Amino acid sequence: MNLQGVRRESEYRWVIDPEGAMRASAVLYADAALLRDMDDKVRQQLCNVASLPGIVGAAYAMPDAHWGYGFPIGGVAAFDAEAGGVVSAGGVGFDISCGVRTLVSGCSREEIVAVQERLAQELARAIPAGVGSTGRLRLSDAEMDAMLRGGARWAVSRGYGIEADLEQIEESGCIAEADPAALSQRARERQREEMGTLGSGNHYLEVQSVTGVYDEAAASAYGLRAGRAVVSIHCGSRGLGHQVGTDYLRDMAIAAPSFGLALPDRELACAPIHSSLGQRYLGAMRAAMNCALANRQILTHLCREAFRRIVPGTEWRLLYDVSHNICKEEVHVIDGRPRRLHVHRKGATRAFGPGDPAVPTAFRPHGQPVLIGGSMGTASYVLAGSATSEALAFSSACHGAGRSMSRHQATRQWQGRRLVDELAARGILVRSPSLRGVAEEAPGAYKSVEQVVDVAERAGLARKVARLEPLVCIKG
Amino acid sequence: MGDWQHFAHGADIGIRGRGATPAEAFAQAATAVTAVATDPSLVRPQAAVRMQCQSPDLEMLFFEWLNTLVYQMATRRMLFSTFDVRIEGDRLEAVARGEGVDVLRHAPAVEVKGATLTELAVRQGPDGGWTAQCVVDV
Repeated sequence: MNLQGVRRESEYRWVIDPEGAMRASAVLYADAALLRDMDDKVRQQLCNVASLPGIVGAAYAMPDAHWGYGFPIGGVAAFDAEAGGVVSAGGVGFDISCGVRTLVSGCSREEIVAVQERLAQELARAIPAGVGSTGRLRLSDAEMDAMLRGGARWAVSRGYGIEADLEQIEESGCIAEADPAALSQRARERQREEMGTLGSGNHYLEVQSVTGVYDEAAASAYGLRAGRAVVSIHCGSRGLGHQVGTDYLRDMAIAAPSFGLALPDRELACAPIHSSLGQRYLGAMRAAMNCALANRQILTHLCREAFRRIVPGTEWRLLYDVSHNICKEEVHVIDGRPRRLHVHRKGATRAFGPGDPAVPTAFRPHGQPVLIGGSMGTASYVLAGSATSEALAFSSACHGAGRSMSRHQATRQWQGRRLVDELAARGILVRSPSLRGVAEEAPGAYKSVEQVVDVAERAGLARKVARLEPLVCIKG
Repeated sequence: MGDWQHFAHGADIGIRGRGATPAEAFAQAATAVTAVATDPSLVRPQAAVRMQCQSPDLEMLFFEWLNTLVYQMATRRMLFSTFDVRIEGDRLEAVARGEGVDVLRHAPAVEVKGATLTELAVRQGPDGGWTAQCVVDV
């Protein structure tokens, strides 16, 4: 990234002061190395976001930020509806409510290794993954509406999981004010056969082991112990969310001039929060968020069933479920005054600090679990929201390593078969319907997750709690 | 004779089609969409699917075309390898030919979630040829 005009405010905080159309500063959290490697487009996109009406504070980039569409991935921005603030479909992304959930158990790493091959096979069989895969469920229109309003709560009521799961999910598993009527028929049709599917690309289900604990008290409260096995699921709202993103991106791009919005990039397509279009999008997006929560809940159930067949008697308790492609209405203190804001987090994770009432009671003294996904051969991390994150970036942190090279570059550098074999030699069993897909998702195609997480911690966005390393990876 | 290519875009993929007419460029770009998932030469043009869309703006028509194609791929669980595209005024009609996803034979890598407005362009070059491109989210 070209650093001209970028002011280093502290070791991990870099500021671009407002200029031209910018209504607020652009703030990047990174060390010098991460910042240098970021694409210039991140800077451009962040400055564009800072020019949108009603923005509050600044437009923020997390340490894993990379070039997105409209908003950078790893971008955070909050808007005040009362100050003409906007909601942006591009600021949420196509995979609405994509997120991570992690399950903990009493199973040891050794118990998993003893059945690793059989477990990988069973999970690959049980979890629908990849292009063209379908789930077991076929939803009628009435059931689709119930799912879109109920989220994970709907899934539990239909036998997918247990009531206790719901307390461990953002918003107790059900996003309020979802509006199924704001969805197109295409969005419904795309989801008809995709409930309980993992998807493809960087989505995965991993069996992992806890290989490092950095904060004993928080880890203990979260149920994480060194040497224990955990399961992490990374996926989102599937075809329904993709279609909502598509529909509203188009509608907002077409309607922008009618709102008097002069957008520096069409992809920033947005609408005033108080407009009819803005409200319809929010209703549709919330319905898609419920779809994502229901989807991860069904996958959890399928995973638990598969484990019972291979390791009878194991119980898998949900640690937490948090999304990283969302727009949520939250109250944040600005200049000593609480304000209700619409916070966009695109490839960024909510990270509420200790004492926040939205955090489950048992976790409250430590902060909200922040689940950071890895990439097959690399580690994942569990962080905790820090007390300082509120003032730094509306209580937000990174969401993963972030890609460092394109899919095309990755396939030129790695062969899927060889990668699977190399990972197997390291004790990581990868199961995927596509070897090319494996090559595109090669661990080396991503930035160092360690570096990203260390910078997030040093910048004060979140605290490291535990490190997880994969044993089995089911890829789409 | 047109052609297609991919161009790099961080986490996602840029698709580009070139041809003597906008319709030919759109058809080539559609092949580039298939190539995001699999080698188009592996896809047998066994079943024909009619598609149509409309937009007063040629660039938005391209955006609509790709999203119509993505929708058909997703809901029919098909991959397409040949495209006959016709554009008349603000209306596009196409016949795409392909087959159902065969995981073993196609080994599809990644699904296209939708076309984006990023790098969206439909333009005529100095040689008279047309280019249609944008980034697709995967």
